[in-house]
This record gives sequence, C-alpha cells and structure tokens, in this order.
Amino acid sequence: MWDYSDKVLDHFHHPRNVGVVENPDGTGEVGALACGDALKLTFKLDKDGRIADVKFQTFGCASAIASSSALTEMIKGMTLEEASKVTNADIAAYLGGLPEQKMHCSVMGMEALEAAIANYRTGDTSVRELKDDPLVCTCFNVHESEIVQAIRINKLTTVEQVTNYTKAGGACGRCKGAIRAILERETAATAAAATTAAAPAQTQAAAPSPATAPKAFKDLPPAKKVLAVEKALDEKVRPSLAIDGGDVELLDVSGSKVQVRFLGHCAHCVAARLTQDGLVQKALRDALGDDTIVVEAGE
Amino acid sequence: MSEEARGASRADTKLHYLDNNATTRPAPEVVEAMMPFFTEKWGNASSMYEFGGQVHRDMEEARAKVAALLKCDPGEIVFTSCGSESDNQAIFGTVEALGPSTVVITTKVEHPAVIQPCKALEERGHRVIWVGVHGDGTLDEAQYAAALATPGPKLVTMMWANNETGVLFPIAECARLAKAAGAVFHTDATQAVGKVAGVDMAATPADMLSFSGHKIHAPKGIGVLFIRRGTPVRPFLLGGHQEKSRRAGTENVPYIVGLGKACELAAAELRDGTLDRIAALRDRLEAGLLRIPETVVNGNREMRLANTLNISFPYIEGEAMLFHLADAGICASSGSACTSGSLDPSHVLKAMDVPFTSLHGSLRFSLSRYSTDADVDAVLEAMPGIVRTLRDLSPFGR
Repeated sequence: MWDYSDKVLDHFHHPRNVGVVENPDGTGEVGALACGDALKLTFKLDKDGRIADVKFQTFGCASAIASSSALTEMIKGMTLEEASKVTNADIAAYLGGLPEQKMHCSVMGMEALEAAIANYRTGDTSVRELKDDPLVCTCFNVHESEIVQAIRINKLTTVEQVTNYTKAGGACGRCKGAIRAILERETAATAAAATTAAAPAQTQAAAPSPATAPKAFKDLPPAKKVLAVEKALDEKVRPSLAIDGGDVELLDVSGSKVQVRFLGHCAHCVAARLTQDGLVQKALRDALGDDTIVVEAGE
Repeated sequence: MSEEARGASRADTKLHYLDNNATTRPAPEVVEAMMPFFTEKWGNASSMYEFGGQVHRDMEEARAKVAALLKCDPGEIVFTSCGSESDNQAIFGTVEALGPSTVVITTKVEHPAVIQPCKALEERGHRVIWVGVHGDGTLDEAQYAAALATPGPKLVTMMWANNETGVLFPIAECARLAKAAGAVFHTDATQAVGKVAGVDMAATPADMLSFSGHKIHAPKGIGVLFIRRGTPVRPFLLGGHQEKSRRAGTENVPYIVGLGKACELAAAELRDGTLDRIAALRDRLEAGLLRIPETVVNGNREMRLANTLNISFPYIEGEAMLFHLADAGICASSGSACTSGSLDPSHVLKAMDVPFTSLHGSLRFSLSRYSTDADVDAVLEAMPGIVRTLRDLSPFGR
C-alpha cells in the first residue's frame, strides 16, 4: 500500500474544482486512457488576466487525482506569467510529498497546465510540438523534451528516477538506453556550464560520453548506416504502412538520430503519425539498437 | 495517514476480506494444530532419540495428509518455504538435469514466480516459448501443440488456475500431450489446490506440481513441491539429507503440521459443498456488479475457479477504486498499473487483449470459506457510488 500524506488523501477524498469551466480561455489535455492516466484542465481569466476559475477532470490513481486537485488550488488567482512558473516539484511539495514512483502524477499536472497556457496563447490544441522532438518512449508516448524538462527541474540522475517522473521506460523498457544517453548529455551539459562559469575558455568536456557498446549503430560509417536503416524500413515498416496507402522516406542519419518523413495517405493525420512514430522507432531499435532515436521531419 | 487515524478507521469498520487469492486467513484449527510444536514438541525431526522421533512421526502424518489431497504417494511430497521456491526448484532443477539444450515451454499469463525464472533462463541462452491465451484467458491449445513439436529436451511449466482471473487451464490434457511429446511437465497449482476437485495426481500425468500453504488457510512460509518418482530434477538447496536429499534445511515442523491440517480441511471441503456455496456468493457478487453500466467480466466464466471474479469498470482506475473500497472496509486487488510498483498494467489482462478502456479499471474479488453474504452486500452497496464518483471525475466518464 502506498504511503500517501494526509494532504494527498484529503485531496483524493475531497477533490477541489472538479469539472470543466464553461467557455474556457485555455484547455490542456494530457495523457490517455491507454496509458492509465489522463488530465483535462480548463481555466478562465478575469479582466486583470488572473486565473478566476480553473477546473479539472482526471482519470487515474489517488495521487493523480490529488495532484490535479492541488494544482487547481495553487494556481487560482495567479497571472499566467506566475502560473507558468509552477513546476511538478511545487505540486509535490504542496501535497506534502509524493511517493517517488508516483512523481509522474505531479509531472502530468505541470504538463496539463503548460498545455492549457499554450492553448490560450497560441490557440493551438495539439499537446506538444512534435517536430524535432524525438519520441523516446513509445509505450507511454514520452518525448525527449519532457524527459529533459523533468531532469532539469527535479535534478534527476538515474534512469529509474526518469521513469518515476515521466513513466518513460516503465513498460517494455527498450528506451532505457536512450534515456541513459539523454541523462549523460544533461549531466555533461551541467558540468560544462559549471566549468564555463569558472573558466570561460574551454569546453570539450561537454561532449557526450562514449557509447556503451563499442560498435554501436551510431559508430558505423554513414553509408553503412543508411543501408542498415533502409533495410530495416523495408523489412519492418513499409509493408505495414503500405496497408494504409502510406510510405516513409529516409532523410538523414546523424549519430543515433534517424530523420524520416511520412508520405501518402496518413502523412497529415496526427493520430496516425503517433502510431507510425512508434512503429518506426520500435523497428529501428530492434534492428539497430535501443539508443536509436527517430525524428520526424517537418513539412 | 497517521498511525492513530489508521487504527481508528480499522476499528470503526468491519473488515470485508475479499482478497483470498493474495492470502487467506489461517484457519483456527490450523493454528491450534501448530501450537504444540512451538511449546512442547520442538525437537529436531531428524534426531535419533524419541524426543525428535515423535516430531518426525507428526511430520510424516502431515505429509500423508498433503498426499491424500493431491492423491499421490507421500514420498513424492517435498516441503519448501513457499510456492515461489517450489516453482524455482522445479524449473531450474529440471533444466539443470536435462542440460543446456533444454527448451522451456510456458505461457504468457504465469505468476512472476514462473515468469522470472523463465526470463532468467532466456537470458542464459535457453529457448523459451511463451504460449498465448485467447481473449477469455483460456489456453491457445494450437500454439501449445506447436510448441510441443519442438525437437530436443523440453520442460513445460504451466499454471493450473490463473491468480488474477481464476481461468483454468486443462492441465490433465496438457500434461498428457507433454508426456507424449517426451517433455517434463510442471504445473504451478498454487491457486488450484483445495479449490478444484480435479487436482488429482493419480489422474494427471504431471511430473511436478507446486503450491503454497497460505492460499489454503495455512500460514505463510510453507510450500510444497510434488515430484513424481523418477523425474529428472536437481536439488537446489544443498547441505542436508532432509526431504530425501531433495531439499536441505531443518524441517519447519510447526508449519508442516499446520499445512497438513489445512490440507485435511481442504479435502473435506471438496466434498461437502463448500465450493458450491462460495460459487453462489461469487455469482451473486458478479450479477450485482454487472448492473453497473459498462461493467465487463474478464476471463471465461465457465472454466474458472469458484472463488474468483475479475471485473473491469471502464474509464476509471483501479487504485482509486481500491482506496474508496478500503474506506468501506473492503479488501480487494486490482490489475491496474498504479497498484504495483510498475507502470504497466496486468500482464495477464494484456495477454488477453483486454481493451485499453478496461485495462486500468480492473478489480479482483476472491472469496474463501469465511466469506459471507454480508461481505458481498458490502461491495454491492459501496461499488455503484464509487464508480459514479470516479466517473464524474474522469474526462472519459459517460
């Protein structure tokens, strides 16, 4: 049984601000039924630009419900400028802490708030900018930017922590190599920033540490890489896409990043693209190694 | 919650324990039978003098009771510390005896005590064939037959009854097919012993069978591995001649005696209509819960343990339901991701391709001889309100 704080149990048993605000100024929706939790956040501003009303609907466990409820209480009366500075760590602190494995519930709150604010500012309803933001975890649909943000806010250092905070790596576990690479890059960047601050002259120490496997995909010569990717696409991806009248084009390969573009029938459908993203990511990781990252090119 | 608050809520509410596939209440008769072995009869069963010899006879009497329940020879019963130990011993011990080319055939819905050893063998280079199940949780027999056609030495390890859904596999038939294919056959019968009349080693040509005491009203810390005479299996725990050198370690006599008593009670229950009474309670619970809109039962409703109900409430999540149930004094469990340490929902429901709308909203109620109409009434009274509350909160509700 989880050891929830009294405040978590209070917000679970007596959730505040449940529902949907009428004619909201901003709406944020994150998560999915398939992933086990989801949150819809709506808010309305008063004439001074402060959050006058905010409501939530959550599908999820006790701590997901409590995190959402806490978030609405925290941001009521804030300007969007102030609200945009609220992090998952603030939500967890407000609740008197969350079990480590439940921190992703607080991250879901932060992301819903971000999405709602972005929706107000841009009118955009899509949750995240998918271009140039590689999908790292195909099981829970977690993108690189979300992992980087969680690492930076919460000062995460291990793959297990990243899983607890973002769910990435929590199901099949294939993306753990990719998460480790992101962590190494972030750690190196932090170290480099510290070094630069101390002695602004040099910084090659910031280079990512060498790959764990000696002759990994990313160390192959470029021509071999292209051949390997094309082979994997031909065998594992194109036949499935062809069923829906689609195809995929390889644009570029650099390091362990593979840039592709979807063509044909489903190229413009966001939902279909998510599935395709997952399909390509899985096929390429099967063939080339678990640190392979697929990036979809913009139109 | 503070300790004080927890204590208070426990005292205020009557406990409705409906999680008997997790563990069961030790029967008072069992506890009573065990007590002398803590206070007076504490000798070592392996000693030469009468003070130990009497204890040895009590232990062998218990072994005979276990054998009577399984309908096997007492010499084929090995006492272990738990069901997981029995599974590990059976799987690793057989593979070691059969050699490095052994192929392991198992299913996708086993208990972790079988899945993890099989995965460990896979990592060591063994071929492991994971047989799937149909949407109702029953065995894909065609896949199983195909797996048995694999050449070379083979171990089959397959559960008798699923701990999450209660769905039964046709173990007698599966064991016959395995023997015909020259395979060694092990079954994890932890959820079946004492709950299914057909667990009968005289009629089932299985080579090995595991089960655990605490699922049949004996205490935690005692398990059994039935090993049919002549089965190639290497001992796991070395260091003594106990259990005919099949499992070293001073015999845990109080628990063995307790298990003997529990098996005697279970054997009587298989004959006296208790299972029918439990099934009737379960069916009333099921029918009542199915009145809640969109509720679905997971698993085949015929080929199923009498005591188990696995049921999904779409659009809401299991852990949240369990917390509300706990407030009403009801203990149950869920296949949702959030209730375990993992983020992944039940591997059993996933193997059954349960739709994702219900995957995270499953509950398991499991009954025992101590379950009552009041327990069922408590759930039927609490559940509609809980579902309404959580669906009102959910963005997917109605």
